[in-house]
Amino acid sequence: MSGNNSIAHARKLVEQLRIEAGIERIKVSKAAADLMQYCELHGRSDPLLVGVPTSENPFKDKKPCSIL
Amino acid sequence: MCDQTFVAITFGPCDNCAKTKPLMNIYLNNEVINYCSLCVELMACQGLEKGETVAKLKKETEALKVKLEVERNKLHDTELHKLAEKVEAVGQLNIRARRVLKGHANKVLCMDWCTDKRRLVSSSQDGKLIVWDAFTTNKEHAVSMPSTWVMACAYSPSGCAVAAGGLDNKCSVYPLSLDKNENLAAKRKPVAMHTNYVSHCTFTNSDLQVLTSSGDGTCALWDVESAQLLQSFHSHTADVLSLDMGPSETSNTFVSGGCDKKAKLWDMRSGQNVQSFETHESDVNCVKFYPNGDAFATASDDATCRFFDLRADREVAVFSKDSVMFGASSVDFSLSGRLLFAGYNDYTINIWDVLKAERVSILFGHDNRVSTVRVSPDGSAFCSASWDNTLRVWA
Repeated sequence: MSGNNSIAHARKLVEQLRIEAGIERIKVSKAAADLMQYCELHGRSDPLLVGVPTSENPFKDKKPCSIL
Repeated sequence: MCDQTFVAITFGPCDNCAKTKPLMNIYLNNEVINYCSLCVELMACQGLEKGETVAKLKKETEALKVKLEVERNKLHDTELHKLAEKVEAVGQLNIRARRVLKGHANKVLCMDWCTDKRRLVSSSQDGKLIVWDAFTTNKEHAVSMPSTWVMACAYSPSGCAVAAGGLDNKCSVYPLSLDKNENLAAKRKPVAMHTNYVSHCTFTNSDLQVLTSSGDGTCALWDVESAQLLQSFHSHTADVLSLDMGPSETSNTFVSGGCDKKAKLWDMRSGQNVQSFETHESDVNCVKFYPNGDAFATASDDATCRFFDLRADREVAVFSKDSVMFGASSVDFSLSGRLLFAGYNDYTINIWDVLKAERVSILFGHDNRVSTVRVSPDGSAFCSASWDNTLRVWA
């Protein structure tokens, strides 16, 4: 019966929202600072960001040397 | 003159079943309850707690939603892109299509890299799964699936098996053998069974468990060996289109996105939906964790990609542009998380600077929608799959 369902459903929704409202949160400034720090730390070893020389990237075809 | 007593019948929508019927005016704990006679009967059988009504629960729901917003806003002291103004801009990227993988007879719907960084598996509307060597573009295996529209495929962490599923409502695992002549289709092992299409699948940290998301609105965790359901995840109110597991090897969480415009974080052990994010204006097509596991990005039919931080419990960036008008189907982060690669329905791939929320580059090459974008495990390249029947590897 829709009657039963709507009460059970409403109860579940309230429970779920209680859980979500009660979690621990940190400030956006702290979260953002951590994200920036991670990018900074790993940026230099990110092949797509900094680019790797042709010889080291297996997907970049090495151009054949032509001796004039 | 006779005294006549008229019984005034209140006619109106029932508080419980919302049908317009003659209502019984009763009081519960001095509170007026307008239930129809049927609902009053049901309530009596249901063991309703003293004073609990749907109306009260609804009020509490609204109050909690407001509280959630207030709590989130208390910590909203700045924006990510503002803090990132002092960060050096991303330099000129020299990314081009280096390989084109041709072989599928119809739209390529999904792909996944192998942990060896050179193989990848792709699945297509033509019902085939193909395992490619991306360095040489050779096809190593081709398997015919029992149905068309194979929307999900995944490589196992060991590289010894692939999982795939779609319109057949199942997700099956195929062990890959070194013998090219072996009939892989015969070794198919059905693992997951949903009541609607399987939209996404992934192995967890080992070859032993598979996590699936489905059009039936649920996600589920399965044991590969016994094909048993280990845990199911209910909370989405519409099709679940995508999921992604936490990046750490000890991770027990995953994030999912669906047609109910929500992205949700789940605890795999308890099945509990821990956090929920609802800022998109349309279906969430793809979700991907940031490399450190503390944030995730989403791609949506509302033409934006968004970035959510889990510890701050809110959206921290929106990747959008007036000129980007078509839905985004897929996203993935570069190794450091600085770049976000997003595939769109207008056949392009946009590269976004995650910190500054600016577009860095736009890549052309596909002749139809881009369905999936995945960065290789060592971050040296990324692959895009498209409805133009091809896959492209960019580096």
